[in-house]
Amino acid sequence: MPYDPRLVKPMREEMVRMGAKELQTVADVDAVLGDPKGTTLVFVNSVCGCAAGSARPGLSLALNHPVRPQQVVTVFAGQDTEATARARQYFSDYAPSSPSVALFRDGEVVHFVHRHMIEGKSAQAVGAELAAAFDRHCAASTV
Amino acid sequence: MSGHVFHPGHAELHGITVVLETTTGELLVGRFDEETSAGVRLNDVAEYRAASGGPTREEFVQRTLKFGVRAEHRQKIVPTGEVQRVSRLTEWG
Repeated sequence: MPYDPRLVKPMREEMVRMGAKELQTVADVDAVLGDPKGTTLVFVNSVCGCAAGSARPGLSLALNHPVRPQQVVTVFAGQDTEATARARQYFSDYAPSSPSVALFRDGEVVHFVHRHMIEGKSAQAVGAELAAAFDRHCAASTV
Repeated sequence: MSGHVFHPGHAELHGITVVLETTTGELLVGRFDEETSAGVRLNDVAEYRAASGGPTREEFVQRTLKFGVRAEHRQKIVPTGEVQRVSRLTEWG
């Protein structure tokens, strides 16, 4: 059962503040991930503070890096369940995990960050690892 | 809300993905929840099963590191006396 929407509102707002577009329906997801051009980062948001507490601020730090994906979108696991399930179909080689990050380049997943790669890390460490991935995969496609 | 911890006050490993090895040879990968008198409780657990021609324990863990935890069990409780070792997945080896 989803959490009370009032409880997750700040977590949604944190994503929007950093420039992520919320995908709340299957159609929203298909409109973005169904068009495999350029670089797109998908953040699977999560209520759980054990990892999401450093994942969101870590992503926010990474998005200040001069090299970054062309699009940043987010689905909320356990909240927008249909949109999340649909997004996961686009990276189905990877087990469902939240929070997690999938970085696409021209429709292919080129980098994936599972929850277990975030747990116990500081936001700075998460951000630095994402920025390094942006350098590897987004260099020629920065907005 | 940055850095918000939703459920503080738990054990150090609470919420961390671990590899739990048992004295009976089992290997489980899941999120550590808590240890009580009943044992160690893991959530969303994948279980290694040795099979002829199948992956080794090392390969199973390496694949899990790369592709994530393919959970077969919503929850598993391992009696404390059967727990041989609990390691963070990212530090297993």
